[in-house]
Amino acid sequence: MTQKALRKGNEALAEGAIRAGVRFFAGYPITPQNEVPEYMAAHMADNGGAFVQAESEVAAINMVYGAAATGTRSMTSSSSPGISLKQEGITYLASADLPCLIVNVMRGGPGLGSISGAQGDYFQATRGGGNGDYHVIVLAPNSVEELGNFPKLAFDLAEKYRMPCMILADGILGQMMESMSFNFDPVDPNKLGKFDWAVDINKQGRGKSKVFSYKGDNLIADVVERAKRYGLIEKTEARYEERNCEDCDILLVAYGLSSRACLEAVNLAKDQGLKVGLFRPITLWPFPSKRLAELAKKAKGILVVEQSLGQLVQDVKLAVGNSVPVGLNAYPAGGQPDGEKILTAAQSLLTGKKEGLFDLQEHAANFAYNCERDTKLGVQGDAKGGK
Amino acid sequence: MYQGIRIAGFGGQGVVSAGILLAQAGVEDKKNASWLPSYGPEMRGGTANCSVVVTDGEVYTPIVSAPDTVIVMNEPSLPKFEPLIKRGGLLILNSSLINSRPTRKDITAVCVPCNEIAQKVGMDRIANLVALGAFIKLTGAVTLESVEHAMKKVYKRAKPEMLELNKKALQAGYDAVK
Repeated sequence: MTQKALRKGNEALAEGAIRAGVRFFAGYPITPQNEVPEYMAAHMADNGGAFVQAESEVAAINMVYGAAATGTRSMTSSSSPGISLKQEGITYLASADLPCLIVNVMRGGPGLGSISGAQGDYFQATRGGGNGDYHVIVLAPNSVEELGNFPKLAFDLAEKYRMPCMILADGILGQMMESMSFNFDPVDPNKLGKFDWAVDINKQGRGKSKVFSYKGDNLIADVVERAKRYGLIEKTEARYEERNCEDCDILLVAYGLSSRACLEAVNLAKDQGLKVGLFRPITLWPFPSKRLAELAKKAKGILVVEQSLGQLVQDVKLAVGNSVPVGLNAYPAGGQPDGEKILTAAQSLLTGKKEGLFDLQEHAANFAYNCERDTKLGVQGDAKGGK
Repeated sequence: MYQGIRIAGFGGQGVVSAGILLAQAGVEDKKNASWLPSYGPEMRGGTANCSVVVTDGEVYTPIVSAPDTVIVMNEPSLPKFEPLIKRGGLLILNSSLINSRPTRKDITAVCVPCNEIAQKVGMDRIANLVALGAFIKLTGAVTLESVEHAMKKVYKRAKPEMLELNKKALQAGYDAVK
């Protein structure tokens, strides 16, 4: 495996994808993921692959649809508003049962939003995003190292279950540099097995292969078959990381960049003699509900930390039910969590106070303090709009 | 050891590049390091800043909202970043270009005439390395040797004589503070 090197998140992702055997990339520029197509433009041809800067996001995802139908490891990347544009293509890919990788390096929303990092696309990613009954597998890295290594995992899963896989990363993960190494040997796409469903002009001695999105009269059977596959995935592929979860009073639940701020809170809490643990879902769909429900029984409260306004918390509540109080510490639209703010909210949950906790009924008063300091910092947040 | 650093100045003063160098030096020292630029629409001559973390343990969030150390290279950065510093933290101030002085009493402030020292070394442009040298002397977060190793990786296309000059600026900054 490779030595640790300092890499930018987006570049690690692009290099990781090429190492994972991606030989087709189509995309359209948007901040904060621009280093991905930039890297692909520079390196894809040297690796025998194709890079296309498409005329739009819609074109890019449909190019991926075509390339994926040939069994080639194919991907596109974009950021939140661009991913919204791709939803039509994604639901067609899901309907045609084609494996591919879609990367969303999230920014603020809704609409054009801002170019600050955010986590507001949780619902869109985990509920399918386009029309119809379908899911995509969603991987949520929280470090540059994971960003570089997840493309391989994404394709292994996407091909195993014949479905699109998404890497859902925060804008800041894409923009930051960090020491990382690749934990897999480069994949030679020529040595990957051929798929019997793939459209391939070089097939000999076999009938025509076709890839269809439209199922005609067989739609019900088709959707039910896919649901069975989804059930199997939910049972076997949920991934998560646990820190201090077995013996804690407050269990934090967070993914991506938020989970790193939570780690700071876990350590700050230790210094103050408080027992705080962190449960980090790595797959957002399938959501690791079973394990979370087990851990919830041991905790006095759960605090969900997310850079969105009450999205992740819904999956947490579905998983744990009424077994334990669930609080929300939210930083929407480019707000940035840090350890101390999280710890304040965790203490509120234990003592019945309100500071730091988001409450749908009376959120304005309790919530203002989260945003105020971020605006003052000018951390990323001073940029508004623009591609 | 957990050092969260903010480096700020005009675009073109090398604050972003000094940050990458520092993070790379941390990696050379077998520590964990992260770097994050501030980005967005900026005008020419506007301000730039970056966040760097160097630590023996895990890097938490790469956004350094309460820095242990702030390096300010120009006047507008001082009022913006001085209030963020942790209590007992360190402020390195480029006194060549900043006439104001810090107001907080609960931090250590060190004034280094970075541009004057850089000019003496031979090039005004490398004031950022003078500041970095001072930072290393004051915090010990990374070693001078590791920064010199890092230079070769970060400034891949730099000519050997330029690297030599960079090293001299780094050393001069190191020697300028006690």
